[in-house]
Amino acid sequence: MSAESRSQNSLVSVRSLSFSRGDNNIFNDVSMDFERGKITAIMGPSGTGKTTLLKLIGGQLQPSQGSITVDGNDVHRLRRTELFNLRKRIGMLFQSGALLTDMNVYDNVAFPLREHTKLPESMIRSLVLMKLQAVGLRGARRLMPNELSGGMARRVALARAIALDPMMIMYDEPFTGQDPISKGVLVHLIKSLNVTLGLTTIIVSHDVSETAAIADYIYVVSGGEVIGEGTPEEIKHSGSEWVQQFMEGSADGPVHFHYPAREMQDDLFSSGKRY
Amino acid sequence: MLELIQTLGKSTRAGFTKLGRGTYFLLQTLTGILEIVPRPRLLLNQMYSVGVLSCLIISISGLFVGMVLGLQGFYILSDFGAEETLGVMVAASLVRELGPVVSALLFAGRAGSALTAEIGLMKATEQLSGMEMMAVDPIKRIISPRFLAGVISMPLLAALFSAIGILGGQIVGCGLLGVDDGSYWSQMQSKIDFFDDIINGVIKSFVFGFVTTWIALFEGYDTIPTSEGVSRATTRTVVNSAFSILGLDFILTALMFGDD
Ligand SMILES: Nc1ncnc2c1ncn2[C@@H]1O[C@H](COP(=O)(O)OP(=O)(O)OP(=O)(O)O)[C@@H](O)[C@H]1O
Ligand SMILES: [Mg+2]
Repeated sequence: MSAESRSQNSLVSVRSLSFSRGDNNIFNDVSMDFERGKITAIMGPSGTGKTTLLKLIGGQLQPSQGSITVDGNDVHRLRRTELFNLRKRIGMLFQSGALLTDMNVYDNVAFPLREHTKLPESMIRSLVLMKLQAVGLRGARRLMPNELSGGMARRVALARAIALDPMMIMYDEPFTGQDPISKGVLVHLIKSLNVTLGLTTIIVSHDVSETAAIADYIYVVSGGEVIGEGTPEEIKHSGSEWVQQFMEGSADGPVHFHYPAREMQDDLFSSGKRY
Repeated sequence: MLELIQTLGKSTRAGFTKLGRGTYFLLQTLTGILEIVPRPRLLLNQMYSVGVLSCLIISISGLFVGMVLGLQGFYILSDFGAEETLGVMVAASLVRELGPVVSALLFAGRAGSALTAEIGLMKATEQLSGMEMMAVDPIKRIISPRFLAGVISMPLLAALFSAIGILGGQIVGCGLLGVDDGSYWSQMQSKIDFFDDIINGVIKSFVFGFVTTWIALFEGYDTIPTSEGVSRATTRTVVNSAFSILGLDFILTALMFGDD
């Protein structure tokens, strides 16, 4: 599909985005489009700013330049109440799960429903159980977050993220810490949520094969820039060494495994300074 | 030398920006209180953990402080043959000073540190930012109820402290040392003024509660989101609360009891 029609049909568009933390330039003039009703994946090495990008889209961080629009709203120009209204329509799955630790699984999933709707408890109950059923944890509803494994916690967080039936959902590393079975179930769930509800999906992941299997479009990000984009097929056959290296997972290549540093030799044999 | 001035300047500036953030935080918290009105459950849960759970430590400390006051007071007053006024001495020291101050110090140690650690950990585990993404304002949902609970609890706890302290003084003075029970109470009744003593004490403990809870919540909210950050914030809560309580006590006392 041409870039133009992608951008016309996009729910989220990122335009010339720059963002830095102190001296650390995390994004330099990045533009991306996330199409309505499609699954768009963001891949890239650890520490390139994928989580940061999701937080920028959610309006939790301010870009230093450029803009992000979600459903026609410039996220960083909205007033607080408008931003909150927009966020009600966005689900986000945090990398850490971010469950509320003073509530059990059931109440965690019920939390957004209780905060934002006036539904009666009986209705909330059916909704919560349905969402928990979808992630396979209906039986775990009485457990507290500290009694869950990391993978379970992330699935509860997923159930919570879809509790309000959002128009769009952002997953930060949904597959980390999942065994092959739940990984398979999650891949299927993400796909079916996208197909049945038409949920626009942004997924950040390192799992190349799982992501390539469900994504409609992939952005490969590294060093603050988009180094490759296209459908999974295009990415797989991309001529760029950068992208190839990432998809194959080799340490040698243009993408650096190491955080920027001086030469190892200099570092080891320099005396005096402590760091 | 230049370096010294530089660091001095830096830390002064850091101090002022923190004060600014703290004030902004307080304003947001205060506006958030309006939203508790339709949801009293939020407040009640916090009143329980901030207030009710502090009752035991406050009562026990109150009892001992009262007993010590009874003893010391008796030794001094009996030299002048004035042991009948023991009740006045015990009650005045408790209601004016020791009740508000000591219970606020205990409150900072028990409830304040717990609040800082709780909020700090919520920040470190992304619970606050998760809430924001769910379009729930963490200040309104989490901070404001805790703040109001602290401000309401403190005067009540101070009153409990003073009441039990007065009983402690009576147990020692009348029970063990033979001061006349009737004069212990009647002298107290005639000499302790409702406005000058009791209301002033309540105002003090209200101010202490306000400041302590504010410090505790802000330190938690402003913490560096790591375990070390939370532990430091907790320490700062206790230390800064103690300083503020004692400093403010001096100022308030000077204002209230200045011209008798
Ligand atoms: N609170 C912060 N303060 C300063 N720098 C930060 C902060 N959070 C993240 N960074 C920096 O921003 C960069 C991007 O972080 P981010 O968490 O977005 O990476 P990521 O792509 O999500 O990595 P991963 O795949 O490991 O989750 C990193 O270099 C990190 O050092
Ligand atoms: Mg990340």
